[in-house]
Amino acid sequence: MITKVLMPKLSDAMETGKVIQWLKREGDAVKGGDVIAEIETDKANVEIEAFGSGVLRRIVVGPGDQVPVGELIGIIADPADDISKVATAPSTPKAPPVPAAAMPSGSAQAGTPVLPAMESYQSVPATTRVVPLSPATVAAAPESARVGGRVKASPLARKIASQSGVDLRLIEGSGPGGRIVRRDVEGALAAPRPEAQAAAAPAAATPAVAPGQPAFVVPRRPEVEFEDVALTPMRALIARRMPLSKGPVPHFYVTSEVAMERALDLRAELNGLEGQPRVSVTDLVIRACALALIKNPGVNASLQSPAAGAAAAGAASIRVHHRAHIGIAVALPQGLITPVLRDCDIKPLGQIAVESRDLAERARAGKLRAPEMSGATFSISNLGMYDVEEFSAIINPPEGAILAVGSVVEKPVADHGQIRIGRRMKMTISCDHRVMDGAMGARFLQDVKRLLEEPLRLLV
Amino acid sequence: MKYDVVVVGTGPGGYVAAIRCAQLGLTVAAIEDDRPGGVCLNWGCIPTKALLRNAEVVGLFHRAREFGITLGTWEADYAQAVQRSRRVADRMAKGVEFLFRKNKITLLPGTGVLTGRNAVEVRGKDGAQTLEAGSLILATGSEPKSLPGVTIDEKLVVSSNGAVRSEVRPASLIVIGAGAVGMEFADVFASYGAAVTVLEALSRVLPVEDDEVSSQLARLFTRRGMTIRTGVTVRAVTPGGAGVSVEVESEGKMETLTADQVLMAVGRAARTKGIGLEAAGVAMERGFVTVSATMETSVKGVYAIGDMTGRQLLAHKAMAEGVVAAEAIAGREPRPVDYANVPSCTYCRPQVASIGSSEAAARAGRRDVTVGRFPFTANGKAVALGETEGFLKVVADKATGEVLGVHIVGAEATEMIHEFAVGRTLEATLEEIVHTIHAHPTLSEAALEATLAALGHAIHI
Repeated sequence: MITKVLMPKLSDAMETGKVIQWLKREGDAVKGGDVIAEIETDKANVEIEAFGSGVLRRIVVGPGDQVPVGELIGIIADPADDISKVATAPSTPKAPPVPAAAMPSGSAQAGTPVLPAMESYQSVPATTRVVPLSPATVAAAPESARVGGRVKASPLARKIASQSGVDLRLIEGSGPGGRIVRRDVEGALAAPRPEAQAAAAPAAATPAVAPGQPAFVVPRRPEVEFEDVALTPMRALIARRMPLSKGPVPHFYVTSEVAMERALDLRAELNGLEGQPRVSVTDLVIRACALALIKNPGVNASLQSPAAGAAAAGAASIRVHHRAHIGIAVALPQGLITPVLRDCDIKPLGQIAVESRDLAERARAGKLRAPEMSGATFSISNLGMYDVEEFSAIINPPEGAILAVGSVVEKPVADHGQIRIGRRMKMTISCDHRVMDGAMGARFLQDVKRLLEEPLRLLV
Repeated sequence: MKYDVVVVGTGPGGYVAAIRCAQLGLTVAAIEDDRPGGVCLNWGCIPTKALLRNAEVVGLFHRAREFGITLGTWEADYAQAVQRSRRVADRMAKGVEFLFRKNKITLLPGTGVLTGRNAVEVRGKDGAQTLEAGSLILATGSEPKSLPGVTIDEKLVVSSNGAVRSEVRPASLIVIGAGAVGMEFADVFASYGAAVTVLEALSRVLPVEDDEVSSQLARLFTRRGMTIRTGVTVRAVTPGGAGVSVEVESEGKMETLTADQVLMAVGRAARTKGIGLEAAGVAMERGFVTVSATMETSVKGVYAIGDMTGRQLLAHKAMAEGVVAAEAIAGREPRPVDYANVPSCTYCRPQVASIGSSEAAARAGRRDVTVGRFPFTANGKAVALGETEGFLKVVADKATGEVLGVHIVGAEATEMIHEFAVGRTLEATLEEIVHTIHAHPTLSEAALEATLAALGHAIHI
C-alpha cells in the first residue's frame, strides 16, 4: 500500500507549511501513529503522524523547504511497491482553490487525482502536539529538543546552562532524539553572543552609580542607519492577511462610551470572593459581547464568498452564527495571535475567566492547539492596558465584526445636571458593511453597554 | 560468491559486526583462520576468567577456617583448572557458531586477504576462493608482543597464548609487564602456589589505572606473597636448561632473576601483516589501522574494527565498533563510539574497574575537582562476604558535579562500574546518582557512599 504524506492544513489561515525536520529517514520503517516530521506553520510548529504503515520511501520536501498546503511531502509504502508514479505525479491538485473557511481541517487531500493501479494512497497527517513557537523557532532553527514545552537536556547540560546563564531553549540538541548534551551548551558558550556584547558595551562606558539607583544610560545609537529585519512567519501572515481584510472588506466604525463603575465594583466583589477565579475587564466584555451577539445575530455573521470560478455575486450568502466563538487578540513579541474561546454564550463568567486566562498564557507560550487558532465568529481586541483611550481594529475575515476596547479612565461626567468623576471605557466596533449596517452595529454596542452598566445581567 | 559484507576475523568485534549486518538485512560471510570467537572467546577473556574463578575458589579453600569449615586434605589440580577453562571456551565458541547459523552468516575457514576494494581471497586448507564484497570489515585483532631480542617459545618463555593452554603450572614464574594480562596470570599462578614475581618498567602496576588503585593492588598482591617490582628494566631473557634467567636493571644496578618460566605480558600488536592492507592502500599509523568515526579506513567501503585499530585493546570496545561499522554499511547513521566512556576491567583478586579520568588526569585538566572515596570495610555486604579489600573512588567536577572518573578495587568491581558508565552516557551528575536509591545491602552502596563523599556528606564513614 502506498500512502502519500501531504502538507497538512492545520488552521483556516494556513496556506503554506515548512518542513522543519524529518524525524524518520528514508528507508526507516514507520507505522500508523509514528511522528514522522515537524512542520512549521504560520503560527506554530506541529508534529505530524504517519497514517499508513510501511517504509518512508521518499522524502519529497526536505527540511527548510516551504510548500503549499496539500503538496506531497513524502511517500510511505511497502518496500516492494513501485512509487515512481506517485513520486512523479503532480501532487498539487489543479482544482479551483477552495476558500480557506470552507475547507475543514484535515481535508487536505480533497481533489487529489486518483492514480490507477494503487489500492490507496492518501494520508491525513494528524496534529498531535503543538510545539511552542519561541524566538528560536521563529528564526527557523530546528528545535527537536523542545517537545511540548519541555526541553530535553541532560542533567549535566542543565547544570552548566544554569551556571553560565545559557538559555537551553535557544540551543539545538545534538544528542539522541535532539537531546541537549554538554557539548551543545559548551558550544553555545563558545559561540559569540551578540546580545551579551551589546549589553556589555554601554555598561562599560557608564560611570559607577550607587547600588539600587537606576543608572542613566544613554542608549547606544546603532552605527548603521537602518537595518532590514526578516519577517517572522507570524508577521508575514499578518502582513498578508490584513490587506485581504482592510482592502476588500468595507469597514465602518461605531464608538460608544460605557460607565464602568458598577462593572468594576462587581469585579472587585467577585475577586474578593475566596475560591473564585479572578475576573478581568476583558472577561466582562467577552461575556457581554457573547450575550449581545446572540441577541443581535446579524453582527455574529460572516459573508460567504462565492467559490472562485463560480459566477460572481450570484452565490454569495451571509452565514449567521448561533454560537458565540470569540477570538481574543493576544499581543506577542513577534506579532499577534487571536485564540478562540468557544461557546461564550453558554459559559458562565467564571469559566470564561479561567479559560481566557489559560488561552492567553498558552498563546504567549506558543502552546496553542490547532483548533484553538481558528473558527471565531467575532473578535475582541483590548488595548486598555496600554492607556489607550480608544482605537479601531481591522476585522479578521471571515468574521463580520471586531470590538476594540480602550482603557477605563476617570473623567468628569455630567450626571443629572451635576458634574462628578466617573470611570468610563470606550469601545469601538468595526463592522463589515457588506454584512450589516450602522444601526445593527449600534444596537449591538448599545446592548453591550447596557450589559456592562447593569453587570448583574452578566451573571444570570 | 558475492556478499553484501565480508568480515575478516570472528573475534568479538568481527562476530558482532557480522551478526549486526545480518540483522540489518545484509548477506554476510565471515572468514576465520582459527576458531570462531577469536582470541577473546578461545584464548583470552573467557578462558582466563574461568582460570581466575578457579583461583578464587582455591583462595576460598585457603580461607575455609575463617568460615568455620574444617577441611581434610584437599588438592587443587591445575591441569583440571585448564581443562575446565577449555570447556568454557569451547562452549562459548560453539555459541558463536550457533549465532552465525541463526543469522545465516556463512563461516569460511581460512585466512582472508584483501585483493581489491571489493574482493577478498580466502586461503584455506583446501585451496583458495575469491569472494566479492559490497563492503569489507577487517577485524583481525592483535597478538602478544615481546621485548626486543626475546623470543617467545611458548615453553620457557610464554605469551598469554601459551600460558592459557598449558596444563603445567610452573613452580616459579616471572611475569614481565604489570598490565591487566600480567596481573591476571600472576593471580592465577600465585593462587595455585607458584612463586610469582611481577616486573614492571613503569613506576606502578596497572599503569593505566588511578595511582591509588595501583598502590592498593600492589599492596594486596604483596600481602598474598607475590613479589612486585616496579621501575625495573628487563635487559635480557635467557632460557637455559631447566629455567629462564632474566637480567634486570633497577636504579642503575644490574641483577639476575631466575624462574621456571617467564610470561611476556608487555602488550599486544595489531595483526595487520599478510592480509593485503598495503596493496589495498589502507592507511596505518604506528602499526594500527587508521579509521574514521564510522570505522571506515582510508579505502572507501573497507572498514576496520577492534584491536587492529588501536586505542583501547578491549573486546567490548571492538564489539561497539562492530555495531557502528555494520550500521554505517547499512546506511544508518550510527552514533560513534565514545572512547572516553569505555570501562576498563582487570579480573584479578580483588578486581579492578574504572571509567573516565584518573584523579591525577582530572586535576591536570586544571579542573576544580572533588573526590569521594568509600572503603569496602565500611560496606555491610562486603563485610558479610568477607571481601572487605579495596575501595570505590569517584572523581567529579566540583562546579557541575560531572562524573569525571570512577575507580574501583574490590570484589565484583567489574560489575559495579556500569552504574557509572550509564550515568556518564546520560550525563548524570553526582546528584542524580545520590538520588538513585541503592539496594541494601549491596556492594553497590559503595557507589552511593563515595558519591555522597564527593558531595561532602557520606553517611557511613
